[in-house]
Amino acid sequence: MPAPREPQQRSLAWNLLLIIPFIALLWVPFYNSIEPRLWGVPFFYWYQFAWVFITSGLIVLVRRLTG
Amino acid sequence: MNWTALIIFVLLFGFITVLGFFAANWRRGDLDLLHEWGLAGRRLGTLVVWFLLGGDAYTAYTFIAVPALVFGAGAIGFFALPYTIIVYPLVFLILPRMWAVAHKHNYITAADFVQGRYGNRWLALAIALTGIIATMPYIALQLLGIEVVIGAMGVQAQGFLGDLPLIIAFVILAAFTYTSGLRAPAMIAVVKDLLIYVTVIAMVVVIPIELGGYGNLFAAVPESKLLLTSPKDGNLGQYSAYATLALGSAFALFLYPHTVTAILSSSGREVIRRNAAYLPAYSFLLGLLALTGFMALALNVNKLPEFADQFARYGTNFAVPALILHTFPSWFAGVAFAAIAIGGLVPAAIMSIAASNLFTRNIYVPFINPDRTPQQEAKNAKIVSLIVKFGALVFIIFLPLQYAIQLQLLGGIWISQTIPAVIVSLYTPWLNPWALLIGWAVGILTGTWMAASQAFQSAVVPLSLGSLTIPGYAALYALGLNFALSIVLSALLNPVRGTRGEDQTAAADYQM
Repeated sequence: MPAPREPQQRSLAWNLLLIIPFIALLWVPFYNSIEPRLWGVPFFYWYQFAWVFITSGLIVLVRRLTG
Repeated sequence: MNWTALIIFVLLFGFITVLGFFAANWRRGDLDLLHEWGLAGRRLGTLVVWFLLGGDAYTAYTFIAVPALVFGAGAIGFFALPYTIIVYPLVFLILPRMWAVAHKHNYITAADFVQGRYGNRWLALAIALTGIIATMPYIALQLLGIEVVIGAMGVQAQGFLGDLPLIIAFVILAAFTYTSGLRAPAMIAVVKDLLIYVTVIAMVVVIPIELGGYGNLFAAVPESKLLLTSPKDGNLGQYSAYATLALGSAFALFLYPHTVTAILSSSGREVIRRNAAYLPAYSFLLGLLALTGFMALALNVNKLPEFADQFARYGTNFAVPALILHTFPSWFAGVAFAAIAIGGLVPAAIMSIAASNLFTRNIYVPFINPDRTPQQEAKNAKIVSLIVKFGALVFIIFLPLQYAIQLQLLGGIWISQTIPAVIVSLYTPWLNPWALLIGWAVGILTGTWMAASQAFQSAVVPLSLGSLTIPGYAALYALGLNFALSIVLSALLNPVRGTRGEDQTAAADYQM
């Protein structure tokens, strides 16, 4: 039977969540378009603004989970 | 001359001057010790560090240059937003380790840590020199930001009189940095940020109303500037340029000595982790600021006859000041210009402190005066901070502006080459110091050569892989080579006796 992993190690795996913003923002084809617009703002712009909040939320979450 | 704006500007400037000197008494410590003067005694809490780091990222030059780039080049200039978003996960994951080990061993600079980790003063010297040289043009560019807003208020005398306002601003800066150390920019950063938030929010609310909404704003921007150009004929075009600029700038930002200084002045590891979660508020603001470049475009401010002189003199850098003058009453223009100028003083103060910490700790002590007392060490740092600022002032007054901009571009490439030695070493002692030194040197030379191939006009260079051309940020390409060399040479050099010094740090020092 494999030994149970150290609790600290298990919680550090949550750090991997922080890779998501890198993928979302560094893969340009995801967002280099005008449509869909939001309140007249092209997708290219509001998508990147949205990631400010998502990234901030992810960091808050990971901080809680890794104590 | 715009007297109303100028009077408001001078009043606000006077207020922060008083604050800067008053700061010496705040959370009082013995300012004759380097960690008190240069790191505010490592006692800064979450809120103040938030303002301090924000002050670093949010400089007078950013305020002028980011919208200017969007104004001139369109969507590619927007890379500032993804760059300042992805930097915070990196701050969250990596910098608490740096804080922990620095706290344990009283390291004040990144080069201190490298010295402690590898016991190789030449590698530490390389890291320190890179930091100092990359910081100097950055300080000079803060002056440029201040110069542009002073010019915007109609102060445009020639010769010595023309430079006088800038000289006054810098004497003030030098004096309060000398007496109060890091406490001064920490305190002023709070006022500065309030002013900047008010200014940016006013701009992004008032101007779109004048234009009839955000839909109209974007409709007024030429199609070619709204999006990045798509890959075509095996050339990835602006796609790879955008992504590599964002990633490379994020790496560079937290290696700059002024960022390290702000991080190390925190009172604890949690202060940094908590800050990483809330600092994206600045990124949001920066994105809004970038949009003001489009506002300037939509309003055609460069075609307005009253600004013809200044556009001829400052180029696209005048886009934001012109927008402010065009849209707001004089008194508010004064507030906005003060925000930008004070926004230059705060990072300039932190940068000069960071550069003098590096000089004192990693050049003066190991190479010039090993038997110094702690008081001599702090005294030396204070004097160097004056020299650094004076150098920046001479730079901006006597040399063509283009030099400072090009050197700042190179500075970003150079500072990125310290990643293997500073960041990777936080996780493993495996790399060999001489291998790191060679990797660093090759990285610097390659990066500089790449920028030279673009006549120092752009840091984006085309990389050819077979039939594919990938334009990308030279800093990242050079870093790839630097990493490869550091790893291969470490494997070769590690078995050689005497290539490794003593590691003062233990695995537990990085956790806490």
